[in-house]
Amino acid sequence: MAMAQREAPFPASTDAASAPVLTVDGVTLQYKTPDHLVTATYRVGFDIHLGDRLVLLGPSGCGKSTLLKAIAGFLKPVEGAIHLKGKPVTGPGPDRMMVFQEFDQLLPWKSVKDNVAFPMLENGVARNEANQRAMEAIDKVNLTRFADVYPHMLSGGMKQRVAIARAMAMRPDVLLMDEPYAALDALTRRKMQEELLQLWDDIRFTLIFVTHSIEEAVLIGSRVVVLSPHPGQVRAELNCHHLDVTHQDGPEFQMLTRRISRMLFEDKSVGH
Amino acid sequence: MIDATITKLTVKLTPPIRAEGEYTVTAPVGLGDVAKPLSALERLANNGAVRRGLILVALAVIWELYARWLNNPLSFPTFSATVEALWSGIASGIIPTRLWVTLQTLLIGYAIGLVLAAVFTSLAVTTRLGTDLLSTLTAMFNPLPAIALLPLALLWFGLGRPSLVFVIIHSVLWAVALNMHTGFLSVSETLRMAGRTFGLGGFRFVRKILIPAAFPAILAGLKIGWAFAWRTLIAAELVFGVSSGQGGLGWYIFENRNTLDTANVFAGLLTVMAVGLFVEGVIFRAIEARTVRRWGMQRG
Repeated sequence: MAMAQREAPFPASTDAASAPVLTVDGVTLQYKTPDHLVTATYRVGFDIHLGDRLVLLGPSGCGKSTLLKAIAGFLKPVEGAIHLKGKPVTGPGPDRMMVFQEFDQLLPWKSVKDNVAFPMLENGVARNEANQRAMEAIDKVNLTRFADVYPHMLSGGMKQRVAIARAMAMRPDVLLMDEPYAALDALTRRKMQEELLQLWDDIRFTLIFVTHSIEEAVLIGSRVVVLSPHPGQVRAELNCHHLDVTHQDGPEFQMLTRRISRMLFEDKSVGH
Repeated sequence: MIDATITKLTVKLTPPIRAEGEYTVTAPVGLGDVAKPLSALERLANNGAVRRGLILVALAVIWELYARWLNNPLSFPTFSATVEALWSGIASGIIPTRLWVTLQTLLIGYAIGLVLAAVFTSLAVTTRLGTDLLSTLTAMFNPLPAIALLPLALLWFGLGRPSLVFVIIHSVLWAVALNMHTGFLSVSETLRMAGRTFGLGGFRFVRKILIPAAFPAILAGLKIGWAFAWRTLIAAELVFGVSSGQGGLGWYIFENRNTLDTANVFAGLLTVMAVGLFVEGVIFRAIEARTVRRWGMQRG
């Protein structure tokens, strides 16, 4: 618990005093299955500031993906509200681009470049500018050589890179990522995590990242929201902006991951 | 025997511990090229058109030999006699004229059928009532043979092209709508959500996400619809055929059967098959190559 004291300082960014980009305020989410009304989250709240890498971490069944879907606008909160730049979220939109876990999120009938340009073209960006921004984004994820290739010719990791490029090229207010690396092999996942951090260092986007891996959360996040399961409630909000790849084998990183795993596994309420 | 089993069960298997090693990796030597081009014969065997062509040639040879052995040109003319009849039919211009009449009717019916199918499925994916309407209508009408509606069509539209178009629409509409709808339903949830985060909704969503994503199923529907329409039309023409003084291919077959000109009947049938092969092998194949196969939605 001494740990908690030592890492108390809040993000070192200068705009810590600015208004948050996105606020999640006392959100309760429910969805219906054929037999049940499931409460996914119960009165969950947190803020996201510009440039945050906020990770929603929790075991399966804590409603983290459902929460992300609600932020994306696919689900209405039963209670509470989600505000983006002061306006309530009412439906999905290109100001909150989402990267999914599944590889089939790319449009198979469009080349890599057209996939990345598509959301921009559909939202009134001129063809020239869209193509240029698409190529820049593809450059950033190191897929320049594959710009004219169709998605079915790419590996899983490459597809996820395209999806990230597509979301970033749109320059959303918040980038949502729903366990984007969960379906990748360990080596590729590690590489992609480093690439994502590099990318954030270059562009400084605002990110909400959902994962069930504690290591990934500490590595990717600048701030981690730990959710307890059935229904999801905020168990802790932790800062880890000072921990990156170089600290991964260090004691501080290990202590934080252990602290989080204690939170998740020693609670009687944990499902499995 | 018993001793051996007991030993197997009680002794724990322990593999020997061997020395570790680290090696430098080199390029393979002496294997020749890593990628070697296939021989001309292998490439020929890999060509689908060549394989299908060979099947056609084999069928023609079997036909010719059997007809010669049978030696009954009235009931089963030889392949060469049929080709001759076909050639003279084409040269005299009668087969092309008849074919054109048939194709015109067919294309009108097919086009209207497709538009109606698109309307029904668009309704079905956007509203729940539309879904119920489509599934009910499809369940009712899809099993009903188009030809069974012909007497009714004749009663309503008279002895002419409108009747034929009506039965073609009936044969195309339900099959295509059913396939399209199934295709739309099978579009993955991820792709749908991705489309919606791009800000797409309503008709734009259907056009830019659902239709391309469901294209393999839609294409299958188009093919089935085409085959149904073609079959229905030839059959309908065989039943009454002449529309506004001009008969189609079915009528040509019927006429020649009446005059026992069997070679011409076969020539007519051959034309029906040739058109079918052309549409399937050239037109639909070209569409597939440019779309679903290029996109990796169907293996080539």
